[in-house]
Formats: sequence, C-alpha cells, structure tokens
Amino acid sequence: MDGPVARSHEASEVRRNVRWWNAGWFDVLQFTVFVAALLGLLVSGAVGMGYNWQWYRVPEYLVQIVEGELLWGPLARGLLVTLELTGWSVLITLAIGLAAALLRLSDSWSGRILAKAYLEAVRGTPLLIQIYLFYFVLGPILGLDRFWVGVVALSVFEGAFAGEAIRAGILSVRRGQWEAGASLGLTRFDLYRSVILPQAVPLMLPPLTGIVISLIRNSAIVSVIAVFDLTTEARNIIAETFLSFEIWITVAAIYLTFTVALSVVANRLEQHVRA
Amino acid sequence: MERMTRAEPLIELDGVSKWFGAFQVLRGVNLRVAEGERIVICGPSGSGKSTLIRCINRLEEHQEGRVVFAGRELGADTTDLAQVRREIGMVFQEFNLFPHLTVLENCMLGPTRVLGMTPADARGRAMEFLDRVRIPEQAGKHPGQLSGGQQQRAAIARSLCMRPRVMLFDEPTSALDPVMIKEVLDVMNDLAQSGMTMIVVTHEMGFARTVADRVAYMDEGSIIECLPPDRFFANPADDRTKRFLSQILSH
Ligand SMILES: Nc1ncnc2c1ncn2[C@@H]1O[C@H](COP(=O)(O)OP(=O)(O)OP(=O)(O)O)[C@@H](O)[C@H]1O
Ligand SMILES: [Mg+2]
Repeated sequence: MDGPVARSHEASEVRRNVRWWNAGWFDVLQFTVFVAALLGLLVSGAVGMGYNWQWYRVPEYLVQIVEGELLWGPLARGLLVTLELTGWSVLITLAIGLAAALLRLSDSWSGRILAKAYLEAVRGTPLLIQIYLFYFVLGPILGLDRFWVGVVALSVFEGAFAGEAIRAGILSVRRGQWEAGASLGLTRFDLYRSVILPQAVPLMLPPLTGIVISLIRNSAIVSVIAVFDLTTEARNIIAETFLSFEIWITVAAIYLTFTVALSVVANRLEQHVRA
Repeated sequence: MERMTRAEPLIELDGVSKWFGAFQVLRGVNLRVAEGERIVICGPSGSGKSTLIRCINRLEEHQEGRVVFAGRELGADTTDLAQVRREIGMVFQEFNLFPHLTVLENCMLGPTRVLGMTPADARGRAMEFLDRVRIPEQAGKHPGQLSGGQQQRAAIARSLCMRPRVMLFDEPTSALDPVMIKEVLDVMNDLAQSGMTMIVVTHEMGFARTVADRVAYMDEGSIIECLPPDRFFANPADDRTKRFLSQILSH
C-alpha cells in the first residue's frame, strides 16, 4: 500500500546527520565555554609576546569614505574577486559534475573509464599541484589568464566531487522508476529530464551546497598564482603593515560568514528534502 | 476464433535462454502469443516468470534464442527499442508511478513526450483511461495519496494511454490486500473483454480460469506446460504442475 513511498523516505532518513544548531542547550554551553577559553588563550598569548593590537586600522582596508564618497578597500575588492571566482566555478563545476556523473552511468565502456580516471586523478593529487599544472602547463597552451586558470582549476577539482554527489543522487532513484519510464518508450534524455532528475535533484542539493562551501574555501588557494582574491589582498596588506593577526582574523571571519550562511541554507534544504 | 488463425504471432519467444552470471534463469523458453490472446503465467518463486516477461520489452536482455515483437527481433542491435517499448505496456508489482507527478501527469507523460501529443489531447486521453480504471476523481492527486489499489489502477491507465498492442503484468496484485486485489482484477477483466492482448504473471487462479486463453506453468526457467485453463486445471500432464496447483488451490 505505502510500500514504495515509505522506502524512498528511508533513503533520505539515512542521510540525517547532526549539526550544531540542532544541538541541545548543554552542547551550546560547552561549545561557548570552549571558544571563550580558546580566545582567552589567544589574546593572553598575544599580549605575552608583546603583540601590538591595532584593530582600528582594519576598517580602512574594507571600506573608506573619502570626501563623502564611498571607496572600497582592497579587502572588499578581493572579496568581490573571490565571489566572482566562486560564482563562475559553481557553474562550471556543476556542468563538469553532471557530465562526469552521466558518463559514469552511461552504457559506454570508455566513457565510464574516462570518468573514473578523472575522479581518481583529481582525488589523488593535491589541489595545489593541480593549480600549478593548470597555471604553468594548460594555461599557456589554452591561452587562459590567471583568473580563468583559477576558475578552471577549481572547477575541475570540485567537479569530480560534484560528479559523485550527482551520481549518488541519480542512483538513489529507485530502479522501478527507470523501468517504468523506459517501458513507456521514453528516450534516455526524456527519462533523465522528466523522471529521474526531478526526483534526484532535491537529494543532491544538500551535498552540492557543501561543494559550493568547499569552493569558497578552496578559492583561497588561487592566491598562489597571484589572482587578486581576498587572500592575496590580505597577504599584500600584511606585507606592508604587519597587521597579521588582525587581517587574518578578519579574512577568516569573512570566509566564515559566507560558508556558515551557506551551511544554514544546506541544512534548510536537507530538512525540506526529508519532509 | 479469428485471432487463432492468424499466421504471424504478435509475440514470439524462440529458444530464449538467459543467465545471471553462472546461474541460468531461462532455459530455452518457447512461447507464441497471438494478437488478442490472454496468457497467464504462474509458477514457484524464482522460476523466472518476471525475467521472462521482462525479456519481451527488453528490460532484461536474453543471451540465446530470439525474442520477436510484431515481426521485429529484439537484440543488442535493436536501434528502435524505445519505438518497440511504446507499443508494449508494462504493469509492475510495485506500481512504479512517478511520485513527483500527479496521477494525471503520470498518464500524460508518455503521450506528450513519446507520442508527441498536445497537452490538451493527452489530457483528454488520460481522463478517458482514468475513467476506465474508475479513478477519474484521483487525477489531481500525487501517487503517495492513493491507496495501493488506486495506484495500481493509475499505473494501468498510464500504460493504456500509450495505446499499446500488448499489456504485460508482473504480479500486479501481490502487493495488495484482498479488497484492492478485486478492484484491480475487475479492471483487468474489463481490459480482457475489450480484446487487449495480455500476458499476466499472477497466482490469482480465479482470474486465470475466467480470463486466460492459456495458462503456462514455469519451473526452473522452463515453461513446463501451457494449456487452456480447463485442461490446465483438470488434468495437467506434469507432476510438478499438479503439486503446485494443489498447494496454491488449497490456500
Ligand atoms: N538482476 C539479477 N541478478 C541476479 N539474479 C537475478 C536477478 N534477477 C533475478 N535473479 C534471479 O533469477 C531467478 C529468477 O528470478 P525471477 O524474478 O524471474 O523469478 P520469479 O519467477 O519472477 O519469482 P517471484 O515469484 O519471486 O517474483 C531468481 O533466482 C532470482 O534470484
Ligand atoms: Mg517475479
């Protein structure tokens, strides 16, 4: 009677995991005490080594008002580059991920091998090395500038993981759905479009949001090829001003703001999927 | 009857064998089904009944022998598989309705996407068949809101909307409780009355007796016998069939 429906719910049930905003008040208390202790340690350590805190100098690197006009500081401009980089990478990551997933699920033997080899290559080499490979080898060959080398390198890296998330979503659609669609005479394209993906996409959204978070974090690594993103700008400021504690803490907080916001979105989506 | 005199069967299985790894599921199965004929297939669990009917629309691939539908042989090089499948309706034990679509949309998907009908025409046809399976009032609901019997009838309507030349049923009632079984069997009875060619895997022997032209008994990947129901139930030739019948009829 409610067999198939009940079973498809179980699948999403398995994916449940605990997040801090689901935690009880005691956990929150513990966490707060822990963070406070950590901060205390940090501050007292800094005082101990005679660090000269100059927080008042930080805002000018974010935004300045000169003669009544708003001027974005280097950190804000860097953040914009980071977001731009992430935005393009999200699009290309999804395209690569979808292609990789469909290849791995295809009937083509060579397609499956290719997709699997891509996944292993990406997982088996450090992201840093991949960026260098793109920058020094593929960039010149393809004539890409630094920004696009960064975008492509990040997308190729995260695309492998997106592919796995998309594949898992597609595979979690019950076999009977494929069979019912195929029995109607739907082409593979229509089967994916009208039957499989509408059921699989909601299941993919939480892990894909995780991949966007990871893209934001990993975008910092393009600073090694001198793309003027948030991290590069931070390094440049520190080289001039020696405000290393203040600037790094600020930069970390900026990254964290975006990733936590996305985590909240991911969690909402997950609850929505489960409901 | 006229249909019996037709030379060309609609479906022809000729020495069909299939293996899952080293395990042979089908052992040289022969079966010819004429247009308009109703075949019931029964047999113990694991005897290969599902595999057999799934070979007819190539949800399973056979490795030996020939599967021919309406003069077209199905094989690895069949390029118009989707073309063949649209003419073969299939009803599953677990209904397999599309849960993200309403019942009406389930019924319209094939006609619009595969047959290229306009949404308005597809809707008209869908309502016609939902009417025939007696659930027109459920059209706007999602499958999850329906009872099992209603879901199975919706699944039958979905298949019928393709105007198939044959309907395959794989244990359509075994996931249902008795009241719902009757609803579904009534619909299948109507369908048989309308002259639809049907191949039905089921253990509903009452249905076999009244509706089937022939009843096939399968065991260990072979069709042991295939007889008109009066002879099948009165004096089956094979001991295995007798034993199976005595078990199933005593329930
Ligand atoms: N995909 C598969 N891979 C391996 N073995 C399979 C597969 N599908 C079916 N089998 C095996 O093939 C045999 C026949 O299966 P099949 O589903 O055709 O039997 P059945 O007669 O329909 O049984 P039931 O009455 O239980 O539905 C069984 O032993 C089953 O375990
Ligand atoms: Mg079966």
